[in-house]
Amino acid sequence: MTIPSTKLRFATVWLAGCSGCHMSFLDLDEWLFELAEHVDVVFSPVASDLKTYPEQVDVCLVEGAVANVDNLELALQLRQRTRLVISFGDCAVTGNVPALRNLWADVDGGSRQSVLDRSYLELADTGAQHPHAPGIVPELLERVRPLHEVIPVDLYLPGCPPSAERIRAAIEPLLRGETPAMEGTAMLQFG
Amino acid sequence: MSVHTLTVDGVEVAVPEGASLLDAVRAAGVELPTLCHLDGLSPVGACRLCLVEMESSGHLQPACATAAGEGMAVLTQTPQLQHYRRMAVELFFAEGNHVCAFCVANGNCELQDVAVAVGMDHSRFPYQYPNRRVDASHPQFAIDHHRCILCTRCVRVCDEIEGAHVWDVANRGSECSIIAGLDQPWGEVQACTSCGKCVDVCPTGAIFRKDDTTGEKEANRERAGLLRSAREHHQWQNQ
Amino acid sequence: MAATPQLQLRCCAASGCRSAGSEALQAALLAARDQLGGAADAVTIKPVGCLRLCGRGPLVAVDRSGGDGQEPSAGSTELYAELTPEQAPALLAAATGLGEGPAAAQRLDPAHPFFALQKPVVLEGCGVVNPESIDDALAHGSYAQLKRVLLECSPEQVRDQVKRSGLRGRGGAGYPTGLKWDTVALQPPGPRYVVCNADEGDPGAFMDRSVLESDPHRLIEGMAIAAYAVGAEQGYVYVRAEYPLAIERLRLALRQARGKGLLGGGIAGSSFNLRLEVRVGAGAYVCGEETALLASIQGQRGTPRPRPPYPAQKGLWDAPTLINNVETLASIPVILREGGDWYASIGTEGSKGTKVFALSGAVANTGLVEVPMGTSLRTVVQTIGGGVPGAEGPDGGVKAVQTGGPSGGCIPAHLLDTPVDYESLKALGSMMGSGGLVVMGETTAMPEVARHFMRFSVNESCGKCVPCRAGTVQLLQLLDRFVERRATLADLERLEELCTMVGATSLCGLGQAAPNPVLSTLRYFRQEYQAACRDPDQCEPLDACLLQEVTR
Repeated sequence: MTIPSTKLRFATVWLAGCSGCHMSFLDLDEWLFELAEHVDVVFSPVASDLKTYPEQVDVCLVEGAVANVDNLELALQLRQRTRLVISFGDCAVTGNVPALRNLWADVDGGSRQSVLDRSYLELADTGAQHPHAPGIVPELLERVRPLHEVIPVDLYLPGCPPSAERIRAAIEPLLRGETPAMEGTAMLQFG
Repeated sequence: MSVHTLTVDGVEVAVPEGASLLDAVRAAGVELPTLCHLDGLSPVGACRLCLVEMESSGHLQPACATAAGEGMAVLTQTPQLQHYRRMAVELFFAEGNHVCAFCVANGNCELQDVAVAVGMDHSRFPYQYPNRRVDASHPQFAIDHHRCILCTRCVRVCDEIEGAHVWDVANRGSECSIIAGLDQPWGEVQACTSCGKCVDVCPTGAIFRKDDTTGEKEANRERAGLLRSAREHHQWQNQ
Repeated sequence: MAATPQLQLRCCAASGCRSAGSEALQAALLAARDQLGGAADAVTIKPVGCLRLCGRGPLVAVDRSGGDGQEPSAGSTELYAELTPEQAPALLAAATGLGEGPAAAQRLDPAHPFFALQKPVVLEGCGVVNPESIDDALAHGSYAQLKRVLLECSPEQVRDQVKRSGLRGRGGAGYPTGLKWDTVALQPPGPRYVVCNADEGDPGAFMDRSVLESDPHRLIEGMAIAAYAVGAEQGYVYVRAEYPLAIERLRLALRQARGKGLLGGGIAGSSFNLRLEVRVGAGAYVCGEETALLASIQGQRGTPRPRPPYPAQKGLWDAPTLINNVETLASIPVILREGGDWYASIGTEGSKGTKVFALSGAVANTGLVEVPMGTSLRTVVQTIGGGVPGAEGPDGGVKAVQTGGPSGGCIPAHLLDTPVDYESLKALGSMMGSGGLVVMGETTAMPEVARHFMRFSVNESCGKCVPCRAGTVQLLQLLDRFVERRATLADLERLEELCTMVGATSLCGLGQAAPNPVLSTLRYFRQEYQAACRDPDQCEPLDACLLQEVTR
């Protein structure tokens, strides 16, 4: 018989972002060992091999904006399966760099077509062609959105990336069942 | 010199005649966020962040553009004012393309700072992604309109301090933009003396020196106030 | 010898009827008169200003008199509508009793409530005098009060009459006119200015245009009296460029008045001097806001500035400046002629005198209406306006009445018995505004109405302050979601929150009032907004509606 774990079920998700937020998370260094005593990492691109987002997650750090249909489906799924969703870093909070293609939303063909043409046709050295692999390469959404425009978000943790100190200051109170005070330059400043 | 006595959040302060409500608020040791205001330039009351509530009438007045009067009583931190301030900052972020991550003014930006001051952790208003221009035609400086918040400090410093009036505002509403000369490339405007005051007073990374890259902009925002004060009080070194 | 019966045909030459072809009609009437031979002498054909029922122009009024050069009496007037140039001979034939007139349906009944319930005060010369003839204006009493006050009254006495009249600003806000005049007059000695705000920009409002096009000398006289009362020697009329005919007639009238010594140096033998100039706006609605208007007159970008200081203290070139709207200033000569007490006897306790409305929208009789303050909306919209064409029911098919343009609100049909006065309309979340009354029928969707006006505010925001510049854009996008029926209840909450913020924090009246059409329709037609919110139950489990939206 196994004793039910009292640890928080903890996840991190990587949507449309550069993974810099996850790198910053790894910068927590030895504090990660402390964290591991309080949480079970049940889903994470840097700490787990699971490909399916599990049920009954307590806390999830979501890095990245919502830029394609895979991002969107995962966002909707994790919201249903997670108690506390944290917008992790500027891409999730504001759209940031991935959302810059929204600037071309009003040009011919829209932002999706513009960014694909630019990346795969105009800038191609050889073999210019659009990526096309239905079911494998996810379709881009016409407009890149911050996470909270797609699902309700419980906590915002801005920064590009948020520093390891800021991440720790946000997570530590959660482990004690408290809400972190997200105020002041140390906790809130974008960029 | 005549003096006005008034209360700011219940604290009594005295300011000289001619002082603004913002001067009085600062004299009371209260910090009010501002964006369009800059000491040394004429007030315009455009950013609405320094709105204060007149206790007598409940009216909101921009502290920067309202004269302090004898017996006035103002409130600066009511929950309603704080709520409005945060919404105003969200509207600023949503209407432009403010990406701190790679901005030349990252870490030295007043918009970034007021976002912290008002506790803005995200914008509830969808970002508009206006497709604006970057004008790098000037040999030393550039203006990136994506980062412009239309505070018109550049317009005022160039007109009121430098006397060149290179900058002005064109169009209206969300189509407003800062223009150089008669909507010419900045580098072609002969009136520009390349004095760099607009760079110094710009609260964001909209106007910057070309040799600065991400996070490297160092603005000298006191310059306008120092120059005006020096002129008015003849504070020249050789005197 | 029996006097020859005289006939006078007054042809409306204001914009409404001109757009319906009144110029050609007048030319045809003149040609037809020439065919009458000797009888032609007894027929006068006179261009006049607005004859009120603009929706059925071109209009012609036919006055008969017993001769002796007497003015035709009102009782013997016939009014014809929708005339074509081809009907000119028939109209003349009927007028001279020599034949059948135009179709009976074109003959209007002057006893109809649309005409009978009107009380012309500001508009008393409108449709009567030839707007291009100062002699005709003088014959109808123009400038008599100016000459009288210059000879007989001190500026204080003039201001006293205006205060006694209880007149309040007709531009919309309703500030007591006499008080404003006092404020300007009592500033420290120095130059001061008088400005007429003729930048009438509300959609559906054409009261001021009608005055300018129909009776410009009345305005000039009112301005001159105002200038005398506050001690100004220089004045400006700020007219929007969209009113070319009004500008043309005003400029002509100013030239005529200067020619007669009624403007310029030593007016009418007194020591009073006044120069008046026209300034033409370039199409910005915000220039109707007084501080923006002043900036525009000074040649600067037309943007508002925070008040105080008010223009009465610091206006044009920092001098005390009196700004009044066209209708306000055009009320002045009558007030001085009949006395402030007479004027104050019309209207309600808090709102004295009459108000001119421009009635339009889903209503049978559209046009210009002047009624005493306190007249109920029902009287204006149903009795005078005739309700929605073809509609039945106690409210005559009216769903709501919009007053005050993009700054006002929609008043629902069940409140039609509200008296029209400043306080009553404000209490209903609307405002008097300048006088545009737009009637809406039962098929009108209120979120669409709100969106229409918000779009107007987005286009017309000057862009100076952030709540108006960026807030209206966000409000418009929120309203899109309701019109397109993809909103949520959270959107409804955000809509109200942002309306409150934009209203409370915007720099000038444009932004402060921009949310009013939304707030008033939310107040009376909330169910229409709620019905436009999608049902969350239908969107489970994987939020198909959201998916649909984000992948758009």
